[in-house]
Amino acid sequence: MTAAIAFENLTLGYDRLPAVSRLDADIDEGSLTAIVGPNGAGKSTLLKGVTGVLSPIEGKVAFGGLGRDDIAYLPQQSEIDRSFPLSVVDLVAMGLWREIGPFGWLGRARQDRVHAAIAAVGLTGFERRPIGSLSGGQMQRALFARLLLQDAPIVLLDEPFTAIDARTMADLIDVVRGWHGEGRTVLAVLHDHETVRAHFPDTLMLARELVAHGPTAKVLTAENQFRARQMCEACDGPPHVCGKSAA
Amino acid sequence: MIWEAVFQPFADFGFMRRALLGCIAIAIGATPVGVFLMLRRMSLTGDAMAHAILPGAAVGYLIAGLSLGAMTIGGLIAGMAVALLSGFVTRITALREDASLAAFYLISLALGVLIVSTRGSNVDLMHVLFGTVLALDDAALILLCSIASLSVLILALVFRPLVLECADPQFLRSVSGMSAVTHFTFLALVVMNLVGGFHALGTLMAVGIMILPAAAARFWTASIGGLIAVAIVVAILSSLIGLLLSYHYSLPSGPAIILVAGVAYGVSLVIGPVGGALARAAPQRTFGT
Repeated sequence: MTAAIAFENLTLGYDRLPAVSRLDADIDEGSLTAIVGPNGAGKSTLLKGVTGVLSPIEGKVAFGGLGRDDIAYLPQQSEIDRSFPLSVVDLVAMGLWREIGPFGWLGRARQDRVHAAIAAVGLTGFERRPIGSLSGGQMQRALFARLLLQDAPIVLLDEPFTAIDARTMADLIDVVRGWHGEGRTVLAVLHDHETVRAHFPDTLMLARELVAHGPTAKVLTAENQFRARQMCEACDGPPHVCGKSAA
Repeated sequence: MIWEAVFQPFADFGFMRRALLGCIAIAIGATPVGVFLMLRRMSLTGDAMAHAILPGAAVGYLIAGLSLGAMTIGGLIAGMAVALLSGFVTRITALREDASLAAFYLISLALGVLIVSTRGSNVDLMHVLFGTVLALDDAALILLCSIASLSVLILALVFRPLVLECADPQFLRSVSGMSAVTHFTFLALVVMNLVGGFHALGTLMAVGIMILPAAAARFWTASIGGLIAVAIVVAILSSLIGLLLSYHYSLPSGPAIILVAGVAYGVSLVIGPVGGALARAAPQRTFGT
């Protein structure tokens, strides 16, 4: 198997303070990988490094044959202005940006795809609703519909199931499994280990440095979790404690 | 009766017709920009930019007197400089954009008033601050109409990325490199329309015809197209009524126009069906339909 994303001695951080340090790992093409680790372990930072929002302090993120344009990314805290006068259809149709750009025509066929994506996340009937009137779960469904339309080989999800109801989560996990079935590479930051065990074949455990990466059953062990917590606590002090990695 | 009150002034006097045409051009060009300023929560940015134009126009005035071209070019340069500088300061320092804009426009305003008063009279200062809508000549009218046409054209070109940039900037950045271009094109539109508006209404009042109709429209409709349409209608009606009031009661026309727009805003605030005070106070009808 080839690597869709390869982290090579990757160090990422803010204001020169490393949040992810010297990470070496290959994410296989078509894999469904959960990123887990304690708070402050650098999980979201790692996704930002993949999207290119954050440039590496050291090392690099390499893409096997693909590029940054092949990524669809759902951030944890979306910057969407919920009071902006947009309907669900408008929001979901944004997913077609790479196809139609600023001037492309949203013809019949594409409109059908927008409606199919809305149906796939169970929001049929909500098309004309303003986004400001959606619940947290409905909003997340709409954002998943937008991801569906982006049709990207690599999908990055940052805590996609936080603060949503169980039914929405089950529906959205079906969407994620659908992507996996289609051979897309999916990387998801998750907190709930039960969800990871049930649905994610691979896991990457992070505590600023790599703790373990591989099949979920081998990575999500009590021993690894204990190690991860210890590594993160050691890093929670002043920066000089972590100084060995501050290049 | 109605003929005398409403139509006679425009039928009899060319300066009234010119004033109305200038105001309609400003309404069509500036109010859609005002709608986006409001939706981006940048209403006060518009105000700051309006002040920032002053020293540029003043330098133009210093060099060439009350010359349309010199003051327009000066205003454009000063407005764009402040927009770019404050954006730049925000990116390289810890100061937030509102504070850096406020700092720049206060400096600009003081500088502008200083420059105008060193050479000109108070009459000239009043001209720059409050405009001369009743004395628009051919060149000024052509300028206002050109700015309005160009503004509508540019807005149509950047409409989709602008909506994305307002609603979900993170997403636009993740799918395209147009975010920064869109932002600065929009700022350029703001500056351009303010410079146009300032010839008719003055630097201080120009921003009023941009923001007040947009704020009023917010209480009548929830769609972007609807907001733009309602705002333009409010702006044109405010101009018409304001001009007539200033004609019949010998009021300064710029402030009269803006005050009528202010009344439209006040009325919308109370009786507007979309989130107006009465609509909010009324008991909710059936839930969820």
